[in-house]
Amino acid sequence: MIKVFRPFIILAGLLFVWQMLVYITEAPPYILPDPLAVFEALFQRLDTLISHAGITFLEIILGFLIGSLLGCCSALILTTVKSARDWLTPILVITQSLPVFALAPILVLWLGYGLPSKVAMAVLIIYFPVTAAFYDGLRRTPKDWQALAQVMGAKPLAFLLHVRIPLALPSLSSGLRVAMATAPIGAIVGEWVGSSEGLGYLMLHANGRMQIDLMFAALLILSIMAVSLYLITDHLLHRLLQYLSLDDHKTR
Amino acid sequence: MIPHPASNIHIQDFCLSYQERQIFKDFSLNMKNGKWNVLLGRSGVGKSSLLTAIAGLLPPESYQGTIKAVDGSVLSGKISWMTQDALLLPWLNVLENILIGNRLRQLSGTDAISEIKAKSLLADLGLEPFMEMKPENLSGGMRQRTALARTLLEDRPIVLLDEPFSALDAVTRTEMHDLTFRYLSDKTVVMITHDPLEALKLADIIYILKGPTITNVEILTPSNTAPRNIKNERLLEEHDTLMKQLSDNETLS
Repeated sequence: MIKVFRPFIILAGLLFVWQMLVYITEAPPYILPDPLAVFEALFQRLDTLISHAGITFLEIILGFLIGSLLGCCSALILTTVKSARDWLTPILVITQSLPVFALAPILVLWLGYGLPSKVAMAVLIIYFPVTAAFYDGLRRTPKDWQALAQVMGAKPLAFLLHVRIPLALPSLSSGLRVAMATAPIGAIVGEWVGSSEGLGYLMLHANGRMQIDLMFAALLILSIMAVSLYLITDHLLHRLLQYLSLDDHKTR
Repeated sequence: MIPHPASNIHIQDFCLSYQERQIFKDFSLNMKNGKWNVLLGRSGVGKSSLLTAIAGLLPPESYQGTIKAVDGSVLSGKISWMTQDALLLPWLNVLENILIGNRLRQLSGTDAISEIKAKSLLADLGLEPFMEMKPENLSGGMRQRTALARTLLEDRPIVLLDEPFSALDAVTRTEMHDLTFRYLSDKTVVMITHDPLEALKLADIIYILKGPTITNVEILTPSNTAPRNIKNERLLEEHDTLMKQLSDNETLS
């Protein structure tokens, strides 16, 4: 039971610390507004906030889905096609060593101010962790299983489908967790660089107009959204692995 | 079970090195048709390498020599394999696990191993009540029994046993010895073990492998027919002999 309430207790604790901080430092509202002011802004501007949050939500979800899908496909190609491994791995490493944030302006230039550039940003951030985690899982098919499959005369594709992919699911799911945790970063960075909607845009906009309470309200919504998305993903993945008896890395 | 034409294994001039160490050199061995052949040796001597070579799991360029049936035909497709780890897929139940060959070879219809046959085998092995259970709910012995069922359903003339009993507790191991022996009686069995007593209990012929480089084997044919009572005095004498032969090795290496 405490597990369910723990996030709320933590949240309440954080709010309390925030209020105390305002009280002790006597910070003016344009530096650090107190929670009440933020909640007031939240309720007054709820419509605006929700419509912007919807955009960001869509960016995160689309980025997550496309990024994960691309990551899974790449991992499968890396596993099944030998030459792809030699050619693609260096490219993957190069793209990953490039700071993705530096690419944001280029993406906006190419894909415009709308949804696509933000989704692309999120995809770029997610793609590598998913690929790396899933590929790692696929590579670690137990040696004994490989031997057994070979002795049994297994078809490579059937072996991949019935043994290797399921056994790699715990690794993939940790990749997906990281992906869900980082997807909002991609969306927000994309919005900061150039957009006309979304929570990132709203925060920047509010900041420019000294509407710090609105900025904090947007931040609050963003964190609630990010945390819920992460928790839901985590829960679903956990349930899936439990259903397959693969949780706790029970692979035998 | 339908008796299967058994097959023998002919190893000729086998040479194998692993990390600069020559494990086998000009090694030749004939393993008997329809018998329990036990390869006995201390840990790390190279018995597993030999078994993987017989199973056709070593890439051909990594060793020299030939491993074939005596009539010259290749062994691949005639072999099934059982290891210390039962290698059950955790998301499949017992019945699905023993029929995994159908999925892995993409067989269906008349080509496939029939479910009726699988179920009757499970009943024989006392696994019927656990048919719908997943491996995580089974004991180690039950899992190994399931692995035996899968091995038997593959119905190949040669069965390679890679220390399949070493992770089991003493009582379960004895049960599995008897069960395995009964069900594999019409097969050519190659079992590797480091346990002389296990070898003496089950083997028709024991081949003693001694390192550091194995060039030939010492053969011991235990008296009486397997499975033997391990309290038998003759067997205990032979056990002493085996222990001595195995420990000779230490002074050499």
